[in-house]
Amino acid sequence: MDANSSWAPGQPAGAFTATGRGPRLFSGGGGTQAKVVSTVSTIVVLGALAAVFLLAPGARAVEHEFFSPPHLWHSFIGNPGQGYYSVGAAIWLNIRMFLVAEVLILALALFVALIRQSAAPMLFPIRILATIYVDFFRGVPLILVIFAFGFGVPALRLPFVSTQPDVVYGVAALVLSYSAYVSEVYRAGLNSVHFSQVSAARSLGLSHATSLRYVVLPQAVRNIIPPLLNDFISLQKDTALVGTLGVIEANKAAGIYSETVFNFSSFTVAAILFLILTIPLARFTDRLIERDRRRRLALGAP
Amino acid sequence: MTDAIRIDDLHKSFGSNEVLRGIDLSVGSHEVICLIGASGSGKSTLLRCINLLEPINKGRIILFGEDITGPRIDANLVRRQIGIVFQSFNLFPHMNVLRNVTLAPTKVLKTPAAKAQREARALLDRFGLSDKADDYPDRLSGGQQQRVAIVRALAMRPQIMLLDEVTSALDPELVAEVLDVIAELAAGGMTMLIATHEMGFARDIANRVCFLEEGRIIEDAPPAELFTNPKDDRTRRFLRRIVEAKRL
Repeated sequence: MDANSSWAPGQPAGAFTATGRGPRLFSGGGGTQAKVVSTVSTIVVLGALAAVFLLAPGARAVEHEFFSPPHLWHSFIGNPGQGYYSVGAAIWLNIRMFLVAEVLILALALFVALIRQSAAPMLFPIRILATIYVDFFRGVPLILVIFAFGFGVPALRLPFVSTQPDVVYGVAALVLSYSAYVSEVYRAGLNSVHFSQVSAARSLGLSHATSLRYVVLPQAVRNIIPPLLNDFISLQKDTALVGTLGVIEANKAAGIYSETVFNFSSFTVAAILFLILTIPLARFTDRLIERDRRRRLALGAP
Repeated sequence: MTDAIRIDDLHKSFGSNEVLRGIDLSVGSHEVICLIGASGSGKSTLLRCINLLEPINKGRIILFGEDITGPRIDANLVRRQIGIVFQSFNLFPHMNVLRNVTLAPTKVLKTPAAKAQREARALLDRFGLSDKADDYPDRLSGGQQQRVAIVRALAMRPQIMLLDEVTSALDPELVAEVLDVIAELAAGGMTMLIATHEMGFARDIANRVCFLEEGRIIEDAPPAELFTNPKDDRTRRFLRRIVEAKRL
């Protein structure tokens, strides 16, 4: 980029960077030379990792157990006649769980955050409950919450509540656990909006709710999109834990395959599928962070 | 004639710190009153109390004959009557200028969007901001932002404007454009209560100037009298410091 060679207007280009390799403030820039260096170093690092794997004493055994092409294929497409399910089909359940849970988490977490941020004396008891809720579900491991819901609620033998499919209990556990985290993210976002914005909105005659809706929340949400997406990347993977209830999602389907056929390649398939799900979201998050950084830098300039 | 605002024995404390210690003040319709005094003398707090942004501890604020400090008062209705502009502009950064101005009319007064936009554009035009309607606040200079903040308050058609040191955060060369806007409002008959450090401006525009110190109004007089022949020693000392700082 030109920015590296002529970063200070009015100063002869290269005056302080005679070699053209002066210190860079940010990665990502660089000319041809930088590209060559990064390509070579990538090849060296990946080559070293591959060598460690391929030259290990158990390399052949691991390759057969985890990367056997026929097993990769069979576990991916599945064969109920042989007693195992398609991992490729099961991932759709993870996706559906993720999408439903995400929407519910966004709503519940916002509700909890708004209660915890409220100041009205009348809401004091609800505020206490919200705090206990957040403390509890952030403190208890997710897998225990899933067990508690998946095995505990049906055991209550209540009408309707206790007769749902296991996947519902799994999603409920995900929602309750993640909402506790995400409500704290929301709270950080709400606190990041300066109180003078509220003064300005209220002074125009906007009610508390209208100020929140049009002035505070849009700014708060904008500030927390990266951490929010980070939590959702984590949520995508954690849908695999619902498999512990016997729900045939990707990880469970892979487990059934390995128990039936005695080969672990099915887990490799599951891992690849989860990567395919999470990596785009991760890159998208990076892009948003980068865009935000650029915007701030642009604002700092005159 | 009823006063636009009448304040009786207003007290306000933040914790143990009493910021307003018995303010009595009346503002007639179409009157422009400047509040002067050192930082911390209570000017800003007084304005925030009048707009009900701060709960008061004692006293009464009467707006057009109605006590607005009573228990059954809807603060949102009161604030429709009173526009306030802050030192730090406080424009909504996620909305463009037009939306900043139309938000309150459309959401509070339920003005139809098209009509609100028409009125907003007319106001922006009147204050030389017509080409900024689609810009976001961070693209504007401080002076432009503050003029937008004034337009935003005016869009609610308030009876009274409170201006809280609106030029204090501006670069010196941008002060005049904002003061011109205020002068135009005064000429149009707007009732205004202005906290300011611009003594020359206060002298030119105000019907009366109030000098505040330690939460009390020490002196309340027409500018010609207060600036040239102050009655109170404290006013005199304050003005002498201002003159020494070459601000008058």
